[in-house]
Amino acid sequence: MTVQQELEALQPARLTIDRVSKWFAMKHQRVHALDRISLQVAEGEFVCLVGPSGCGKSTLLNVIAGLENPDEGSVISAGQPVNGPNRDRMMMFQEPALFPWLDALDNVLFGLNLKPGLTDGERREVAQYHLKLVGLERFQHANLHELSGGMKQRVALARSLAPNPRVLLMDEPFAALDALTREQLYGDIQRIWQQRRKTIVFVTHNVREAACLGDRVVLFSPHPGRVREEFRIDLPRPRDINSVDLASHATRIMTALKGHLTEAEVAE
Amino acid sequence: MKRTLTAILFFITLFVAWDVVYRAKIWSPVLVPSPENVVRYLWESIRDGTLQSSTVVTLKRLLAGYLIGLVVGIPLGFATARVRTLRDTVGVLALGLQGLPSVCWVPLALLWFGQSEGAMLFVVVMGTLWSVILATETGVRNVNPIYVRAARTMGSHGVHTWVKVMLPASLPFIVSGMKQGWAFAWRSLMAAEIFVTILSGFGLGHLLHYGRELNAMEQVVGIMLVIVLIGLLADKVLFSPWENFLHRRWGTAK
Repeated sequence: MTVQQELEALQPARLTIDRVSKWFAMKHQRVHALDRISLQVAEGEFVCLVGPSGCGKSTLLNVIAGLENPDEGSVISAGQPVNGPNRDRMMMFQEPALFPWLDALDNVLFGLNLKPGLTDGERREVAQYHLKLVGLERFQHANLHELSGGMKQRVALARSLAPNPRVLLMDEPFAALDALTREQLYGDIQRIWQQRRKTIVFVTHNVREAACLGDRVVLFSPHPGRVREEFRIDLPRPRDINSVDLASHATRIMTALKGHLTEAEVAE
Repeated sequence: MKRTLTAILFFITLFVAWDVVYRAKIWSPVLVPSPENVVRYLWESIRDGTLQSSTVVTLKRLLAGYLIGLVVGIPLGFATARVRTLRDTVGVLALGLQGLPSVCWVPLALLWFGQSEGAMLFVVVMGTLWSVILATETGVRNVNPIYVRAARTMGSHGVHTWVKVMLPASLPFIVSGMKQGWAFAWRSLMAAEIFVTILSGFGLGHLLHYGRELNAMEQVVGIMLVIVLIGLLADKVLFSPWENFLHRRWGTAK
């Protein structure tokens, strides 16, 4: 397979999450983290999961990634049931989770080296393509401690994209960054998503961020984690986080979120 | 450059001060030999080959024991980090024995192995092993679990994860354990050589010992200098590359 073919093979997957439940055994009690979550994500769709902490959205992401098994229900990715991690579904974490013993390029190569069917030269080319995609082609041989927080997340993004996954799972990847860097990345991630067409599930507790990025925003409520409401965001792209239209969507979601929170408090 | 000059200047000053003390004849020349005599002794023993052959004997013992300590210690450290039962047994044993000054192994080694190379090897291995096990265990247990999760999503598992993720991630700890192990091994070997005469090879420790027996202070001081130099050289050759790598990648202090 040539580099060109490898890069052009874009097959975003459809995700079907079917009545997924999960419990965690804590010291004195069992925590019901996910309660019969059902969700469809279309090929190439950008879905944001929003909710207060403890609503199980990160747990759901881990289940989709195959890092954790659901106690009930199942996840189907591109027609195949998920039972373990697979390079078809890459994950980005809140911390960059890059390997400090490797330079930027070797970090991007880590997943690629595990992908069969490519020569070392082709892998290198693919890795360089992705570093360029995130705007870091000049930092191939940089050590990680020399990069800023935003640059590290860019390397992490390149690393997740390089093996050409069909689904990209992002767990609050921008939460630890400063506002300015974050705004830049909102633009970048939309541009990259349009170029590299992936099915993206993006977890955040920042409502505005969700409205800016998602085709659809799914609202979760905690104790136990449940899907409460869905919002379709029909705004043209690229979207600006500071636009007025976006703010009205965000307000709508925020109001719903607060409503569910009070409900939950009353129930307790 | 300036730092090198400062260092050179410092040692020259030290050397001159030594010479001044010798010339002042405060102490008997038997106790404080002249630098000139020490250098002459070293020169003579290089010419007749004793210094080189003893150095080779000592370094052979040291390297053999040290390598065995590493080859056994690093996997054992991984195992104790991984298996709770091993941590509660071998881990505790390692902690206890690491606290034992390594020279304490010498009497035991003599009774077990007699005056043989085996005894030397045993002492060096015991000096190295425990601190390498403990450092590796600490290193592995301090690996950020997110590295492993990230690696798993990229298709890494089993041996690949251990070799490509756990091992390099715990490198900062392993290197400091290797350094400590080296220091312990070096000390215990010198103790063993000073105490034990072995016909299969005269090491630097033996030269030191016979220097005392013969009241040859220039030999004692000369050999001590050689031992110090070997220690410095080992640091540069064995550990500096690792430490530079850690410094470059992790951004830690040198």
